[in-house]
Amino acid sequence: MTMSLVWVAMLALSLVFGLLTGRGAALGGAAMEGAGKAITLGISLAGSLCLWSGFAALLKKSGLQRVLTRLLSPLLGRLYPTARRDAETMDALCGNVTANLLGLGSAATPLGVAAVRRMKLLSGGDEASDEMCLLIVMNTASIQLLPTTVASVRAGLGAAAPFDILPAVWLSSLLSVSTGILAAKGLGRLWR
Amino acid sequence: MTDYLAPGLLLAVSVAALRKKTDVYGTLLEGGAEGLKLLVVILPSLVMLLTAVELMRRSGAMDALTRLLAPVSRAVGLPAELLPLTLIRPFSGSAALAVGAEIMAYHGPDSLIGRTAAILLGSSETTFYTISVYFPAAGVRKTRYAIPAAVIADLAGFLSAALCARLL
Repeated sequence: MTMSLVWVAMLALSLVFGLLTGRGAALGGAAMEGAGKAITLGISLAGSLCLWSGFAALLKKSGLQRVLTRLLSPLLGRLYPTARRDAETMDALCGNVTANLLGLGSAATPLGVAAVRRMKLLSGGDEASDEMCLLIVMNTASIQLLPTTVASVRAGLGAAAPFDILPAVWLSSLLSVSTGILAAKGLGRLWR
Repeated sequence: MTDYLAPGLLLAVSVAALRKKTDVYGTLLEGGAEGLKLLVVILPSLVMLLTAVELMRRSGAMDALTRLLAPVSRAVGLPAELLPLTLIRPFSGSAALAVGAEIMAYHGPDSLIGRTAAILLGSSETTFYTISVYFPAAGVRKTRYAIPAAVIADLAGFLSAALCARLL
């Protein structure tokens, strides 16, 4: 629904401005050109998208996910003191965070949902617990190590080094995730 | 350093998977087919939004919007050209990718604005979509402070993307 409103607003604004600025005549061509550009862009990023999706599938089978999960579980145990006491919650939780780190979005969601379900089962009630809110925040603030889709777009557009944004992406993610964790911990104390 | 990243990663993960006795090549092909399916899913969104953005640029609406938002963006340190992207980012992943790609194409993928758009896309998520999937799926009705906390993290992410693009 949101996108329908965005779409209508964009078209209406363009038409109004086209009429006001007298550039209306250019709009017919612009519409077709925009649509054409989209396909050109799609084709230029198809190669890297295909390659990195193959890589993601391989990553899933390489056992790297399990290694990373083992490395992360002590840290996550500290952030989630209640969840730590239940092995099943902890497995789903660590799996969710690891899948997010590796950019395996389709694997992350079912694990995250399983973790929240298990937390709800143990806490009872239909209210989000502090740890559920924390899990949500960690999933809405991206913690991806390899943003391959964005790198594919950059490659498709002819960027000199598509992956050279990595250090900035890592620092930026780290800042937003830490802010999210602090916000969740802080609001958790205020929100009773 | 990032020059060796792509081939190095491909090799490392392939070797790790081979040690697990995985059919490495077959898995790559299967995953690659999934990637092309993903492309088919995002293409229509790319077409619609690039059409709309092109109309906004040619009609002068985009300039007007950028000028209107300039005081806000100056206050927070984010280029005004990126504010439309931050507005759409929490709602739709494919729309944000399309708008971000258009910004990168228009300003150049290696320009400061293009790089900031890429960093912003790489370090943020589709917040409201994620919340709308997680809580209903788990049967949680009262979300308490999850939404404000997630929005705070998003805002921090947008600002840090602008900062990191300048620094790194």
